[in-house]
Amino acid sequence: MFESLQEKLEGALKRIRGHANITEENVAEALSEVRRALLDADVNFGVVKKFIDDVREKSLGLEVKGNVLPGQLMIKLIHDELVALMGSSKEELKLAPQAPTVVMVAGLQGSGKTTFCAKLAFQLKKKGRQPLLVACDVYRPAAVDQLKTLGQSMSLPVYSKEDGKPQDIANEAMQYARKFGRDVVIIDTAGRLTIDEDMMQEVADLKAITKPHEILFVCDAMTGQDAVTTAQAFHDRLELTGVVLTKLDGDTRGGAALSIRAVLGKPIKYVGVGEKIDQLESFHPERIASRILGMGDIITLVEKAQQQIDEKEAERLEEKLRKNQFSFEDFLDQLRMIKKMGSLRDLLGMIPGMDKAMRGVEIDERAFGRVEAIILSMTREERQNPKLLNGSRRRRIAAGSGTSIQDVNRLIKQFEDMQKMMKNMTRGRMAQMMGQQAGLRR
Amino acid sequence: MGFFSKLKEKLGSVTEALKLDRLVDGLEKTRASLVNRLRAVLYAGRKIDQQLIDEVEEILITSDVGVSTTEKLLDRLRDRVRRENLQDASLIVDVLKEAIVDILAESPSATNDATFGIDPAATPHVIMVIGVNGVGKTTTIGKLARNYKAAGKSVLIGAADTFRAAANEQLEVWANRAGVDIVQQQQGADPAAVAYDTLKAAVSRSVDVVIIDTAGRLHNKQGLMQELEKIGRVMRKVKPDAPNDIFLVLDATTGQNALQQAKEFTKVAPITGIILTKLDGTAKGGAVLAIADALQLPVRYIGVGEQIDDLQVFDARAFVEALFEERATAGEHATA
Repeated sequence: MFESLQEKLEGALKRIRGHANITEENVAEALSEVRRALLDADVNFGVVKKFIDDVREKSLGLEVKGNVLPGQLMIKLIHDELVALMGSSKEELKLAPQAPTVVMVAGLQGSGKTTFCAKLAFQLKKKGRQPLLVACDVYRPAAVDQLKTLGQSMSLPVYSKEDGKPQDIANEAMQYARKFGRDVVIIDTAGRLTIDEDMMQEVADLKAITKPHEILFVCDAMTGQDAVTTAQAFHDRLELTGVVLTKLDGDTRGGAALSIRAVLGKPIKYVGVGEKIDQLESFHPERIASRILGMGDIITLVEKAQQQIDEKEAERLEEKLRKNQFSFEDFLDQLRMIKKMGSLRDLLGMIPGMDKAMRGVEIDERAFGRVEAIILSMTREERQNPKLLNGSRRRRIAAGSGTSIQDVNRLIKQFEDMQKMMKNMTRGRMAQMMGQQAGLRR
Repeated sequence: MGFFSKLKEKLGSVTEALKLDRLVDGLEKTRASLVNRLRAVLYAGRKIDQQLIDEVEEILITSDVGVSTTEKLLDRLRDRVRRENLQDASLIVDVLKEAIVDILAESPSATNDATFGIDPAATPHVIMVIGVNGVGKTTTIGKLARNYKAAGKSVLIGAADTFRAAANEQLEVWANRAGVDIVQQQQGADPAAVAYDTLKAAVSRSVDVVIIDTAGRLHNKQGLMQELEKIGRVMRKVKPDAPNDIFLVLDATTGQNALQQAKEFTKVAPITGIILTKLDGTAKGGAVLAIADALQLPVRYIGVGEQIDDLQVFDARAFVEALFEERATAGEHATA
């Protein structure tokens, strides 16, 4: 998707090359591609419309210069605008000055309220709080059992009652919390449709009874165009303080997040990223922005790379490559630089399309360690001049690094291939590669 | 024709009428968001121009018809406007309705067999129900069981969602409501083992229909998707052609990701049909169009309410009729 959006943008913006500025005419086609990408990502129609208008305005007069391609410039502009629209800072749960803090969750059926309640309780418990879970979903079969089981698994109390009215349960739970010194009360409510007047009244009653400090709307990240209407209806009734986005571990683009944020102006406080109790994270606007555009986390990746790669170091390296002086020492440096950037799987996951391609592929993170050990078992001379490495030296290195002679041979072979490849690489091509990256720099 | 068959026929037509009423009720919101808005825009005396097409596009997309299907509909619309030289906006309501009927007629959902080919000689007919988390699988199974029971079939449910807390208890409640038996093990058990046990039990009790519930799983989780394959493999040890049906449950409030889900699940399981839930209440009837149009799979059932008998066999024509059913509502300018 990233490739395709970027490619489409490149195609649409080709005409701009040679022109100094982006104009309304030459950007129209590109914007219609962006519009489609956003709609495909389930961003609300009205939000898309306004967004495109904004981007059009801002893109006019943007200067296209140097190696930067217009498409990259546009992607960056769009990305930045998305991040801005989504609120740049992350916000967490606000705790009341006087305990107990009351948190109520509400949302449609199947959005993941019960799971979220448990995850939140778990996170609070880890931070030393004493949460109380309250089971006010008396409608869905076994919803109470579900919360009870989850509560039990983390040794947290769950307030529930067979055949009680949610209003009564909430009321009693508040008394219970005060009596037993629970400092955060998390109220799970039944899923409800906004057109169900009785049920909406019930959740309004629950609010009146418990006076929550936080009212969180739990929203399935896969929700389509209706997300905004639904969120708005809950907001009108309850005055939401924030939003929780669930099931973000799926491959949804999550346009709903943008829509709700843009329309309600309420922060997204948490995202659910898995079925396990600890898979709850705070919200990162820039990640969702990349995701909506289908870009993987390429921005973060480029930034990480930039942090690690020293410009002077890069020049020195290029010089060495050109003179064919690239040694095992340099190889080791490179390896360590990559390692500093994080785990290999995480890194690959950030590359657009890679996440999918890597599905089910086992990555051996320890391979790095083995290579490092082999190189470290070489003498300084051997590292500088790999030609010295004869059979007995190789055997010594294998023994010293705890690997096999085959491992050592393979590494040397790979190194030689790399040297050859690099020799073929002309200086011009190298510069071109660097130039392309520059487009994404901030 | 005997007295009883006449009575049965009579009763049948009454239930049919009731069903249609339910459908019409369940699609209330969709009608309000899609058709009534269309009618409000497409009033008599208005000229057909780009502005008008844009407004129609907006209504279709905000009803989750999806960009591709919307474009398809609009292409057909433009084409007919040009060919028949249509001038008045009010004529477009019917053109759109026909375009929707056509799209559904061209989709696999058009040939929906209401009996779903349960071969009495090859029972138990094994149905596996799969989908992502929170789409309403368990509820749907309760309703499915009830449907088959009402059709005079004996049903056994297998509780192979052994992951989610209290999934068993929830399914048990539904099984009780439907009046059918259930086979289960404790939470955390091997789902394939539960499925195996269920099939064994079904064979020894000569049950007609077996419905296997599975845990919700996101379609990008490799391990969980492989688990589905395993459940199928283990069931084939008891009955070589099992499962006979695999129904993918999709939530109508889901946006474009629904198509992605269908694609990924198809890779690991030969899905034979879609069940679209939660069509009531939200304005999401449009999703039916997107799904029927984009997928090479028939929509077999739609869920239009929370009652146990609110799961209906999908009938494309009845659906469009219910969608465009004219009830006294605002914005009815269409008189053409």
